[in-house]
Amino acid sequence: MSLVFVIPGPLRELAGNRAEVRVKGSAESASKALSLLWEQCPGVRDRVLTEIGEVRPHVNIFIDGESIKFTGGLSSPVRDGAEIVILPALSGG
Amino acid sequence: MPATRDVKPRNGDVLLLVGTMKGAFIFRSDEKRKSWNVGGPYFPGSAVYAMAYDGRAGRHRIWAAPHSMHWGGVLRSSDDFGKSWTNPESAPIKFPESAGVALNQIWQIAPGRETESDTLYCGVEPAALFVSRDAGETWSLNEGLWNHPQRERWVPGGGGMCLHTILLDPRSLDRIRIAVSTAGMYVTEDGGETWRPSNKGVRADFLPDKYPEFGQCVHKVVQSKVNPDRMFLQNHWGLYRSDDSGEKWKDVAKGVPSDFGFAMAIHPADPDCAWIVPLESDGFRCTPEGKLRVYRTENAGKSWDAMTKGLPQKDAYETVLRDALANDPLDPTGVYFGTRNGKLFGSSDEGKKWSQLADGLPAVVSVKAVSISLPRKR
Repeated sequence: MSLVFVIPGPLRELAGNRAEVRVKGSAESASKALSLLWEQCPGVRDRVLTEIGEVRPHVNIFIDGESIKFTGGLSSPVRDGAEIVILPALSGG
Repeated sequence: MPATRDVKPRNGDVLLLVGTMKGAFIFRSDEKRKSWNVGGPYFPGSAVYAMAYDGRAGRHRIWAAPHSMHWGGVLRSSDDFGKSWTNPESAPIKFPESAGVALNQIWQIAPGRETESDTLYCGVEPAALFVSRDAGETWSLNEGLWNHPQRERWVPGGGGMCLHTILLDPRSLDRIRIAVSTAGMYVTEDGGETWRPSNKGVRADFLPDKYPEFGQCVHKVVQSKVNPDRMFLQNHWGLYRSDDSGEKWKDVAKGVPSDFGFAMAIHPADPDCAWIVPLESDGFRCTPEGKLRVYRTENAGKSWDAMTKGLPQKDAYETVLRDALANDPLDPTGVYFGTRNGKLFGSSDEGKKWSQLADGLPAVVSVKAVSISLPRKR
């Protein structure tokens, strides 16, 4: 069992210059899945979550193509083998 | 991403650390301050509200606080004048879980006094003070200020509820003054254990009580290095001087086109001399009459003179933000400021004549001016 994380360009330096990070294991929620990613890539954590554990407002996380904003946030379910994509939101000026 | 250039400073050079809404730049000149070359942009896309130079204990370290809209803010440093920057895995400045809030922005980086060469302070939003005692490796929240009983009644100004000014009294390691918009000034005299408001005489036109104990919208405060009792304060309406280290404030807004503004600088050797850039308040917040004028007092605020030579005096609707005016430590001191329209101006003769050093930068939010001392090559 494993999960695949797709890392956005600005954060790849903190993920060993990898675009994809495969982690072994399964997770019942997005939060637990991300914890597996932090074990391999601890530097990504503070860029994706605030210190109170919330997803930064201009970061989107998709699980198998669906934004977790619409599936329960960090409690969203995760299937074995899921692809979890981290992307910067369309924002700025 | 844009290509980045670097500067190669030599001993005695002056550096301008320029933070913008889209990255940071380093301007370099020799001590004549007539021609400048530019390094950057560093951290393109990130807002850099705070930069600082730490030349203590043989360092030549530049600090910057880039804040990405997407990925948050991380304090970073460079020991080679911007060629390379640290990128710590864990954000060095973050609130403890018990605080229940997240860091929004780092507004000020203040190296400690010469006698505490491993100490640094940061002022942040939401308004709080962080301190490092190991040259920036680890940081902790100042609990005395964070737990102040008045904090729950502080409210954010237009720029957010930021702790933007940190004044370290050179006479006492225990005395620090900070300013928060919108809370006013606070002072500690026991090294940060306890804090009290320090706003006597400072007006709050936007409150029913015009002279409250706290709640003033202080925009910037400066303190003389040679006479630390002398301070000037630019308020949200109101321009003040203190002769007793901030205990009492006297309005000195005579002869200025507006008593509203953000930025302020004080002469490194003359406590009677300070510079401001008045803005038309309250909604417009641009230079009055479309004239870009720096005002200088040489008599502790008894009068202010417009310094305009070399500055546009027609259709110049500029805004100079609270940290975007600075002076260097040379004699005569150089004065520099950046505008929200991306212009950077400098004067090597204390404001008598100005030159435009750059145009077309992203909106400038901070300017720091330093003289660097490097070991001579054998």
